[in-house]
Amino acid sequence: MSVTASSDLNVGVPAINWQSDDMKSRRKRRYAADRRLQAYGLVAIIFALGFLAILISSLIYTGNSAFTQSVAKIEIDLSTGGIDRTKLADADWRGVVRGALRAQLPGLSRSDERKYFEMFTSSGQFILRDAVVADPSRLDRKSTFVIPLADPFDQLAKGQVSRDTPEAQRRVTDKQIGMFDQLVSKGIVSRPFNWALFFNADSRFPELAGLAGAISGSFWSLLVCFVISFPVGIAAAIYLEEFAPKNKLTDLIEVNINNLAAVPSVVFGLLGLAVFLGWFGMPRSAPIVGGLVLSLMTLPTLIIVTRVSLKSVPSSIREAALGVGASKHEAIFHHILPLAMPTIMTGAIISLARALGESAPLLLIGMNAFITSPPDGVFEASTALPTQIFMWADSPERGFVARTSAAILVLLGFLVLMNGIAIFLRQRFERRW
Amino acid sequence: MNMMSEAAVEKALDKSMSDAGLKMIGKDVSVYYGEKRALFDVNLNVRKNTVTALIGPSGCGKSTFLRTLNRMNDTIDGCRVTGKITLDNADIYDPSVDVVELRARVGMVFQKPNPFPKSIYENIAYGPRIHGLAKTKSDMDRIVESSLQRAGLWNEAKDRLQEPGTGLSGGQQQRLCIARAVAVSPEVILMDEPCSALDPIATAKVEELIHELRTNFTIVIVTHSMQQAARVSQRTAMFHLGNLVEENDTDKMFTNPDDQRTQDYIMGRFG
Repeated sequence: MSVTASSDLNVGVPAINWQSDDMKSRRKRRYAADRRLQAYGLVAIIFALGFLAILISSLIYTGNSAFTQSVAKIEIDLSTGGIDRTKLADADWRGVVRGALRAQLPGLSRSDERKYFEMFTSSGQFILRDAVVADPSRLDRKSTFVIPLADPFDQLAKGQVSRDTPEAQRRVTDKQIGMFDQLVSKGIVSRPFNWALFFNADSRFPELAGLAGAISGSFWSLLVCFVISFPVGIAAAIYLEEFAPKNKLTDLIEVNINNLAAVPSVVFGLLGLAVFLGWFGMPRSAPIVGGLVLSLMTLPTLIIVTRVSLKSVPSSIREAALGVGASKHEAIFHHILPLAMPTIMTGAIISLARALGESAPLLLIGMNAFITSPPDGVFEASTALPTQIFMWADSPERGFVARTSAAILVLLGFLVLMNGIAIFLRQRFERRW
Repeated sequence: MNMMSEAAVEKALDKSMSDAGLKMIGKDVSVYYGEKRALFDVNLNVRKNTVTALIGPSGCGKSTFLRTLNRMNDTIDGCRVTGKITLDNADIYDPSVDVVELRARVGMVFQKPNPFPKSIYENIAYGPRIHGLAKTKSDMDRIVESSLQRAGLWNEAKDRLQEPGTGLSGGQQQRLCIARAVAVSPEVILMDEPCSALDPIATAKVEELIHELRTNFTIVIVTHSMQQAARVSQRTAMFHLGNLVEENDTDKMFTNPDDQRTQDYIMGRFG
């Protein structure tokens, strides 16, 4: 009966000619639409990759020179000098440095000599002192000390100051260029890798400025951020996802968490300024405050990520646990949370990477201060990588141009590393259902 | 002759079982999901050491009823149960009832095999461990072995106890889930379409297993397959649109049902 019914329905329907021109051109148009969509996607990807390539290559182009630093290697025999071993800190290191430099180019007039000393970093005496304090045996023998060249001469050595520029328009005089060439010909000027970029803290002098303070400041801030936002975020997500009753109040909380995730980070900085510094009187510029502010910023994202990953654990696992008589918390902590953990960790690392690159909230709580030693803990004043970049980008010295780009490269390096860990965790531990 | 006596023994066993006491009693059970009512005043009893099959078309409320028996419905938001369900004459919806204890006494096997993504051993040891049923490692080993034996999985699994339970075949996974349910020594085992994701051979094994489990446990099974209900159960209950249509001995149900709707459903006229 049903067979006849369906053949009745076909009465009056013309036979379809799949090979007609109309049909063919229709199929052609559909295929063309497919190809166009692919092409748009390809163009978008090329566009994005192109800009990324421009960004990275321009950073490398301007920043690469900051990874080397011109130095003078000067031999000094301290055994003959009258250094008081009991008062190493108060010895006349400045005189020692000047004497040693004078010995390299003897017979300069007084004004020429002043010009000559300008070629070296003004902190040579401290470099000498620190080297001797670190290794007192240097007092008994002739040893080599490495003294960085001042920024304008570092630029000259790197060819970034052209000798063709009229003398009045450059910071190095013709006479100084002459003296520089003499030093080069004596073979005491070299350009090794700029470890100072990683092991020194900030300085007004580009040749001494480094990221150690910023890196450790960022490290402490992120540590505080992680220690606070990870447990709080997971606890909040577990409560909202597994325990909270579904009512108006929890709906309101949920909407507000989503809104908080979209709040501009500078607002969290203002909040930190008002609450942590203003009310609680916490120390200005300290990583503890930076970490607190960053954790406020990270929390909503982390809660959302955690809830999504808890939700992605199939309910059959929850039922299996409850079915053998597990209590609610046992089902969550023995089964659901461990299965959601890889995704949560991935989300946490990506949130932390975002916090690492955040400058606006840190500027407001004073982490853009000029601080010349790395912090030893979370309560000491410090900068962070993005704020250091912000400060260097603002500095007038030529040397900071390259160092800004180099610092951005270092920051990008850390971000790539963190995202790499996240991808590794995801691929290694994530379960597919 | 031998065959006959075996059948006679079976029949005698069935008779004694059907006379045995009622393990669970459902009286005027109604279930609401929010505003929607899913069950209408169901009165259904579960006999001790009997396999009770719940049949009926999709959406008829048979799974809903099954899940009221160990309060798995508690986990669903907005789900409300009225009426009275007792286990050994004690109301399981009484506020003083400990739901963890209830679910240990009324175990459950689900539609889709859902072993924990852990080793076979851990899958079975989990229940006894949280309930503190094994004092020592050797106690636990014994529980794991006897549970696997009872689920007919011991020979296949004894050499790979430390391998993940998810690495087993679908049928083996379902028997692992049965072993996991058996491991906490429940009194009643609820099975929610346990064979719907299995092939015919695996299904046959699970059915055989249900048959054996009956001597020690009371079983309630939801099934879509009429043949399965006929093969494994002694009592059958037919649900339709949230109502209990008929409850009867399985033999009678499939040969001479009291209700016309049961007749129609069994003959395949709707569903």
